[in-house]
Amino acid sequence: MSTAEAAETDRSTVEVPGEPAAAEATRDEQVRHRREIRQEDVLLSIRGLKVHFPIKSGIVVDRQVGSVKAVDGVDLDVPRGSTVGLVGESGCGKTTLGRAVLRLIEPTAGTVSFDGIDIAGLADEDMRRMRRRMQMIFQDPMASLDPRQSVESVLTEPRRAHGIEGGQSKGVSELLDLVGLPASAASRYPHEFSGGQRQRIGIARAIALEPDLIIADEPVSALDVSIQAQVVNLLEELQDRLGLTYVVIAHDLAVVRHIADVVAVMYLGGIVEQAASDALYTAPYHPYTKALMSAVPIPDPVVEDTRERILLTGDLPSPANPPSGCRFHTRCPYRQPTRCDDERPALRDMAPGHTVACHWAEQIHAGVITPRASAVVEAAVRDEPPPTRVPLPGDPTTTTLGPPPGV
Amino acid sequence: MSVSGVDAGPLLDVRDLKVAFTRKGRPDVLAVDGVSFTVETGETVGLVGESGSGKSVTSLAVMRLLPERGVRIGGEVHFDGDDLLTLPAERMRDIRGKDIAMVFQDPMSSLNPVVPIGIQVTEVLKRHQDLRGDAATTEARELLARVGIPDPTRRLKEYPHQLSGGMRQRALIAMALACQPRLLIADEPTTALDVTIQAQILELLKELVRDTGTALVLITHDLGVVAGVVDTVHVMYSGKVVESAQRHELFADPRHPYTGGLLASVPRLDAPRGASLHPIPGSPADLRPWSQGCAFAPRCANQIEPCVVEQPVLEESLGRSLRCYNPLTADEEVPA
Repeated sequence: MSTAEAAETDRSTVEVPGEPAAAEATRDEQVRHRREIRQEDVLLSIRGLKVHFPIKSGIVVDRQVGSVKAVDGVDLDVPRGSTVGLVGESGCGKTTLGRAVLRLIEPTAGTVSFDGIDIAGLADEDMRRMRRRMQMIFQDPMASLDPRQSVESVLTEPRRAHGIEGGQSKGVSELLDLVGLPASAASRYPHEFSGGQRQRIGIARAIALEPDLIIADEPVSALDVSIQAQVVNLLEELQDRLGLTYVVIAHDLAVVRHIADVVAVMYLGGIVEQAASDALYTAPYHPYTKALMSAVPIPDPVVEDTRERILLTGDLPSPANPPSGCRFHTRCPYRQPTRCDDERPALRDMAPGHTVACHWAEQIHAGVITPRASAVVEAAVRDEPPPTRVPLPGDPTTTTLGPPPGV
Repeated sequence: MSVSGVDAGPLLDVRDLKVAFTRKGRPDVLAVDGVSFTVETGETVGLVGESGSGKSVTSLAVMRLLPERGVRIGGEVHFDGDDLLTLPAERMRDIRGKDIAMVFQDPMSSLNPVVPIGIQVTEVLKRHQDLRGDAATTEARELLARVGIPDPTRRLKEYPHQLSGGMRQRALIAMALACQPRLLIADEPTTALDVTIQAQILELLKELVRDTGTALVLITHDLGVVAGVVDTVHVMYSGKVVESAQRHELFADPRHPYTGGLLASVPRLDAPRGASLHPIPGSPADLRPWSQGCAFAPRCANQIEPCVVEQPVLEESLGRSLRCYNPLTADEEVPA
């Protein structure tokens, strides 16, 4: 794909300082190796998970008149030491899924087994103890930190709650050091920190008990663009150092592609496609994934001008009354007259490690079924007339600025 | 609709705009510090920056939507020959909504929750075009249809909470377009929306610019949004424009270390997994006043001695402007 190549070369021109390339390569290799050996060791296994919220009506007697099917039959395996990304639009159930795994919301049906133990059946006290090994990072660091609690108190509270003294946990200064904050931060309060630093405190709190699994719900979306990369890098670094397993929930597909080994795309309570990160992004099968990918803006005008975009019509249907058959058929640009409307597709293996819930995935992939013409915005249509004032990108001679006078 | 502005200079000419929030007994906060830019008829201009960079305050100042008290505004904002900052309030009300319209970030908080959409759309038509009754309703229906709202007759009677986020943003855009404004200011119009809806709205904005010839000022923090839509980009940091260029130039060859840093720190969808990110150290909250040199200096890898002594000025060269003593050079990929 020529656009990908263009993007590749373009990216290299905007590189900013970092570690030497060689060191980076070996680190990458180690990471890859570590991931491979742990591939088969499943830490978290979710089967048939459902979370339905009742809709009640009536003033005197609460009658249940229906339910919002926030998560409706999800199977997911999270290998130890890996990162699984959950992506989808608002209302697709990704946050509910994350919370149901920790039983912050009680699942309606299905099993969640963590390290071989079915946590859905655990008694409250056992579950509380189990949570030492599974922690959460929240989206809004300001809202998830108590404004009247000093950082030291925030970081020691998990230990107190679990009755651990020393031994199995880390000291405050060690935690602060791990997340890149100065030791002097311990005596300060959340409002004294910037958004990125607050998120670091939230991360320090999550790793305080040396958990195995961290569920990060939109860990960077509340942060400024220039700060997001700091937090993403920190998460990756901590994973390498502490051997953490992550479930990263995010709506930003670019962030998820960057951080996750495996990505699951959710739509209206179900997973529609799941694959290794690069495979999913280079060759998406499901029409929804295709549309989602094509909708994400890429900070490169050359790519933006040349790529084709699949526009979805309408909005997400209500999860209280999901469409029959394939949940996506109401918005699908590839919808077929048969099967789509009345038969719910199951996840099928399309390639090793690549599962898709679409009846027509093969035909769509082979190009036999094409999207409705009205849904496709061709690059040519979106392209403005070539800008005449602009010198060719990458032509260094036309844009070299001299040093300002007097310097 | 007169397009006389074409030959008489730019449609909107912001010169040395300064906005200071005054606080009793404490030093003023200079949110916008000498911002200048122009917008031609039919042009799309992007203002890019992080929170606190002054991009939204700039747009509010242009629209004269900032409160009178506690704010000092300096500079000039010429729109079609008039200086908006000195116009009588009465005249400004005629321009606002008619010649210049604005679309805000959060469609829920910019619509009145207790008034049906139809009344909110016709209100603009009544105020500026003197349309009444059926004529106004018909026009409102057409506007909703034009921005892609299905079943506009029914939607006119509905309240904002009955519409989805994307639909509300469309309704707001319909209101903004009601009087065929010559300038549309969209402040983070897609930030509150999902990506697939964002794509729809951006496509709609592009189509409107193409079809109606309205000028568009797009304010956003998302470089990806800018890359596909605008003609000219102004990158703001801490109240000042630090770099301006045509979009192809800016993205292919960022010169300001902040612009370069932003591009290198954003994960790209088309970059393979594991491609390393290079964050900008520090945070925008570590502001230093421009009076003590460059505000970006504490976070800048390219910092040299003059950066902390005297503030750099915006210099123009070959169609782009840059405020930096030690810019990235075209062949320098990794600044020291």
